[in-house]
Amino acid sequence: MKWKTLDGGWNPYLAGALAGLLAVASAVATTKLMGKTSYLGTSTTFVRAAGMLECAVAPEHVKNNVYFTKEKVQVDWQFMLVAGILLGAFVASRTDRSFKLEAVPPVWAERFGSGVRRRAVFAFLGGVVAMFGVRLADGCPSGHGLSGMMQLSTSGFVALCMFFGMGIVVARLVYGGRRHE
Amino acid sequence: MNEHALGLITGIAFGFLLQKGRVLRFDKQVGAMQLRDMTILKFMLSAILVGMVGFYILKAAGVISLGHKAMNVGAVVIGGLLFGGGWAVMGYCPGTAVGALGEGRWGAIFAIMGMLVGAALYAEVFPALRTSILAWKDFGKLGLPETLGLSPWIIIPVFWAVALALFVWFEKKKL
Repeated sequence: MKWKTLDGGWNPYLAGALAGLLAVASAVATTKLMGKTSYLGTSTTFVRAAGMLECAVAPEHVKNNVYFTKEKVQVDWQFMLVAGILLGAFVASRTDRSFKLEAVPPVWAERFGSGVRRRAVFAFLGGVVAMFGVRLADGCPSGHGLSGMMQLSTSGFVALCMFFGMGIVVARLVYGGRRHE
Repeated sequence: MNEHALGLITGIAFGFLLQKGRVLRFDKQVGAMQLRDMTILKFMLSAILVGMVGFYILKAAGVISLGHKAMNVGAVVIGGLLFGGGWAVMGYCPGTAVGALGEGRWGAIFAIMGMLVGAALYAEVFPALRTSILAWKDFGKLGLPETLGLSPWIIIPVFWAVALALFVWFEKKKL
């Protein structure tokens, strides 16, 4: 086993274990600073961001919506966490020259061609369905998958099985079976 | 330090590790679903193995409190299945879509726009869901120790053993 992957990245076991330490440190830090333990997660931020954008055109509508009221449309700890992910990924990709402007991922291009429009339409539709599902399930692979499993949450365990189970089925339908290189 | 600064710093560290672990890539996410490249599973399981030990020690020491998400059956099962389907097509989860944008994969912006629309749509139908799917059966905020009636210090070593066996298998098969 190597410390670096062929493309110059870090060993995924090492990077993952460090993410585990970060999750633990973050739980302690949020408890001390905010009085309540906050766990790593990202998807509620999409609700808040959507609420903010909607507020620009229909503020009354957002104010009267029970879900937006429940999740509180504001920039909070998690919102800044998501902004940080963007920055951290940018910095990391600049340190090992893996930053690359790319519209269509290679595996997608191999199957469906390099047209940006088709990729954009499917990424958008996939995004709509995925976020609807994740809000219904009340957590994404970070919230349910990482934070939930770390806490041995029953819901995290079930959610992760559903995510991967359906993901495997749909990936097979969309991209075909396992390729043999 | 305030709440916002803490969130930002934690996010930068998290995004840095996600990028270095190469888990932000569409190809890695779809690769895991095609069972041909287990990078994201190696990353996730390693994080979980470390995190679960840390969380349960800190909980026992009274430093942190656990915050399980509700085991609402209809919501977690149907929501989870919908997410899985959308995830396969999109090739990103919410956090990794944002991170992918950070490492220059700007096509992720379409996924992010779709997710914002999905979130807005959910907010619109939430009142109807609250009286239907969300009202079916909610077991509440449960952990596996309560569900299985076992001590976490039995569950955690079993989880470690299963994960380590999986890691050996991944490496043997070069997944």
